[in-house]
Amino acid sequence: MTQLDQVMAKVRQENRAALIAYIPAGFPSQSGCAKAIQALADAGVDAIEIGFPYSDPVMDGPVIQEAADISLNGGTKAADVFAALKVASSTGVAAVVMTYWNPIAKYGVEKFAQSIADNGGSGVITPDLTIEESDAWIAATAKTGINPIYVVAPSTKDERLKSVTAKTGGFVYAASLMGVTGARNSVSSGASDLVARVRTVTDLPISVGLGVSTREQAKSLAAYADGVIVGSAFIKLLLDAKTEQEGLDAISHLAKELALGVREGR
Amino acid sequence: MITEGHFGEYGGRFVPEALIGALEELEAAHNAAQKDPAFIAELAELQRTYTGRPSIMTEAKRFAEHAGGARIFLKREDLNHTGSHKINNVLGQALLTKRMGKKRIIAETGAGQHGVASATAAALMGLECVVYMGEEDTRRQALNVARMKLLGAQVVPVTSGSKTLKDAINEAMRDWVTNVADTHYMLGTVAGPHPFPTMVRDFHKIIGKESREQMLALTGRLPDAVLACVGGGSNAIGIFNEFIPDTNVRLIGLEAGGDGVETGRHAATITGGSPGVLHGTRSYVLQDENGQTIESHSISAGLDYPGVGPEHAYLHDIGRAEYRAINDDAAMAAFELLCKTEGIIPAIETAHALAGALIVGKELGPDANILINLSGRGDKDVQTAAEYFGIPL
Repeated sequence: MTQLDQVMAKVRQENRAALIAYIPAGFPSQSGCAKAIQALADAGVDAIEIGFPYSDPVMDGPVIQEAADISLNGGTKAADVFAALKVASSTGVAAVVMTYWNPIAKYGVEKFAQSIADNGGSGVITPDLTIEESDAWIAATAKTGINPIYVVAPSTKDERLKSVTAKTGGFVYAASLMGVTGARNSVSSGASDLVARVRTVTDLPISVGLGVSTREQAKSLAAYADGVIVGSAFIKLLLDAKTEQEGLDAISHLAKELALGVREGR
Repeated sequence: MITEGHFGEYGGRFVPEALIGALEELEAAHNAAQKDPAFIAELAELQRTYTGRPSIMTEAKRFAEHAGGARIFLKREDLNHTGSHKINNVLGQALLTKRMGKKRIIAETGAGQHGVASATAAALMGLECVVYMGEEDTRRQALNVARMKLLGAQVVPVTSGSKTLKDAINEAMRDWVTNVADTHYMLGTVAGPHPFPTMVRDFHKIIGKESREQMLALTGRLPDAVLACVGGGSNAIGIFNEFIPDTNVRLIGLEAGGDGVETGRHAATITGGSPGVLHGTRSYVLQDENGQTIESHSISAGLDYPGVGPEHAYLHDIGRAEYRAINDDAAMAAFELLCKTEGIIPAIETAHALAGALIVGKELGPDANILINLSGRGDKDVQTAAEYFGIPL
């Protein structure tokens, strides 16, 4: 059982949703990332996704693209991702990595899974890895005892939801809408339909991501989802801040608000 | 071994789950169309009365004098409507788009050839068309931007990353993930997730089919070598495909060597890259030790891409096709030579294949017959060429 499994079980017991925050390694800087992770953990997030930035992020909107550019221009490498993961897991929250497939393939599939486990990580979210191409990855995650976390979309058919969730561990990542990452004014109604469909094929916890940025949105999602994932909203605050400290204060404030939101939904 | 969607260890689907439904729908539509006499007849009629197929074969006698005396034959895809082979693929995909009931197409373009072809097919069939083009390329290929606009397409300059073809594909995929319900992504090359590498090849294999017959009629035998430039690799697969079973026919792809593969400033993906995943497919990729894509460099916008179609990766690994790099300067020398010896201005992309023929011809000697896919005409490249040769505009 990973730390993520434990966190998801705990929030289910507390009859609330988990708050899951995303931040790319090396952003806003190598040292700033560690501080941001600490600020998020202190503010009450339950789990943190460390992004391994990639040069061609086709699932990401402009905000995360900009953060990835800043991180890559700062020279972020796999070692920095594992270091950030270690910082996150040592704060006591569940820590996972989110990245596109090529950086994992290049690093070495089994070696990557092992490094996740060695640094206290619970799993990896792989947004562009289809289950058809996953044999080596499933074997590696099973061997190292980490969660392979797959994304499902509103367009995913019921039959396929069954086969994707059968490979998934930790939680199912339900994309709330058809589109790329980035804050939206409202969370699409497609999210509740998708979560309901996923519920019929698996008992795994289901976390909803894409477009979430406010306490109100977190509250409405927490009514039916097991986890609420927020990424671009934090990154936007860090990008817009005049100083690093101002950015850290801002994400801390937002995380506290969202932490209230995930407790108000039911 | 070639299995559904895979070429040996290459190909496959590495895409967000949101796109799986659309890829399955496209695969089914393509498979059904390939067996549907009505579709085949409609496409053949368009090829005959709109594209101008079959494209002719021209023997390049004066050019051949510089290639060791081998006979050189040019498959004139430059004479197709819109000026390149790209029209073959877009007409097929536009017909499929209508069959799937979609009203909007999006496309990426580097040199602008595929963007122009897409805008053309959209105009012909009454589809809305949005073309993503790297901002850097909109400057290099301003004439083609104007052509696309005249044809009624919206051209979106892409300012992320290296501002070239790779980033235009990223942006097109983001659009597709968002608008997949009513939009078809008219990918312009034999890369991307399955079924694109197979489908785009199927729409271009008419090049090789016609060429094989024309070579037999003209020379009484198969060519000794077939040459084509390779960026993503669509014109090369198109002309290679028919000759793959003819193991005595050498298949040679010419990649963009830029300033030289050894300088790191090039777009020779098979020559200078390594296996990886980019834009939804596993193939050769220009990448660093962390799996980050390295920006490619080439004087030719259409070859300036750090990936390559997965079937080329497979043909390379099994030794059926060879891939060599041609530097910018060698390509431009061949460009000039074809202009002055044959009265044909080729696309700079195509000039890489011509430069390859000058080398291969000398290797094979005077008895050899060499077939080159003259994939595009160079009107769009006049400004780049004028700058290169110092001709005042």
